[in-house]
Amino acid sequence: MSTRKALRQAEPVRYSRILAVAGERGANVVTNDDVAGPIDSSDEWIRQRTGIVTRRRADAATDVLDLAEAAARKAIDAAGLTGSDIDAVILSTVTYFHQTPAGAAVLADRLGATPAAAYDISAACAGYAYGIGQADALVRAGAARHVLVIGAEKMSDFIDPTDRSISFLLGDGAGAVVVGPSDVPGIGPTVWGSDGDKAAAIRQTHSWSDLREDPSAGWPTLRQDGPSVFKWAAFQMAPVAAKAMAEAGVEPEDIQVFVPHQANMRIIDQMIKQLGLPDSVVVGRDIADTGNTSAASIPLATERLLAEGLASSGDLALQIGFGAGLVYAAQVVVLP
Amino acid sequence: MAYTAQEILEGLAEIVAEETGLPTDAVVTEKSFTDDLDIDSLSMMTIVTHAEDKFGVRIPDDEVKNLATVGDAVSFIEGAQAA
Repeated sequence: MSTRKALRQAEPVRYSRILAVAGERGANVVTNDDVAGPIDSSDEWIRQRTGIVTRRRADAATDVLDLAEAAARKAIDAAGLTGSDIDAVILSTVTYFHQTPAGAAVLADRLGATPAAAYDISAACAGYAYGIGQADALVRAGAARHVLVIGAEKMSDFIDPTDRSISFLLGDGAGAVVVGPSDVPGIGPTVWGSDGDKAAAIRQTHSWSDLREDPSAGWPTLRQDGPSVFKWAAFQMAPVAAKAMAEAGVEPEDIQVFVPHQANMRIIDQMIKQLGLPDSVVVGRDIADTGNTSAASIPLATERLLAEGLASSGDLALQIGFGAGLVYAAQVVVLP
Repeated sequence: MAYTAQEILEGLAEIVAEETGLPTDAVVTEKSFTDDLDIDSLSMMTIVTHAEDKFGVRIPDDEVKNLATVGDAVSFIEGAQAA
């Protein structure tokens, strides 16, 4: 009787970390006055309810992959790597126009990362934090050495200027990081989940099949139940962020930086209160000038804090993404 | 033990005062949250969340738009704790 041969499995790596972060914002600055007219609003109303002063939106000729490519090139360069060093590309976006193939594969080719594994994930505003959770797992499992994670959105392709619920918040941009092996812990456990019972809270007005059946339905755009989403985000997400700290073995006093998804300044302020973060914690508030860029917002806010010297390499940062699904993910990371 | 309407009003006034900076005696039953107290939809959700915690009741999101006045909120909370 012959014995079956034992498999070899990938050798795990002990730790992972973010090696570099970079971003690319839409080229145009769009003021509150620019968006206030069709929603019968004002600069003051928008600032008071959202904290947004301007948002960045891309040119018509720039698509979501262009934004993703620009951010990714900077991140790979900042990590001291080249495209060929990348083993996996994870693109989080909800604004790529092709059902298939995945934007990540096209992006990998543009970056010279072929034949990296490449796939898109759909987790809306939580997509970047989902991607970090996956990249951490891939690196530590030995499935990939260097993983490129990009959150990229051209939200302006899915807005209705007359919509008072979400359109005026949205901006365009991309944030990218490279995750790789580390000698010391660099990415805490990801606390993640979903609540599909609230699928309608942030939604597309109608499906592509509805549009096919009735072309007069027009281009689908986004809507949200703002107050409900605020309540969920401000009060139910703080415990998720607290759990991410607990699982990483740190207290609020140990955190130097807090980078929540840039959905609304009022949500950010309420989360800080709920979490009991000390005043010494530096908070990402990129939403004021960039708007809500969905999956791109956390890496964009992070790269800005680092670029402006408000945060430093080695700082412990608590990050949490949350959005349409509803879905959420949080982790504590060491900043690159 | 259930809270009385007066206790709910007093507790709600403290929550509103904390959120808005208004004095508690400005929070009386006939006042409209939006028109009189200048409370926007996001602050209203914060008040609702704290009221849920304080009084041990659930105030569904869809119900909040029906709570036009302080008195509406007191009545709803009183009924919800009895349910």
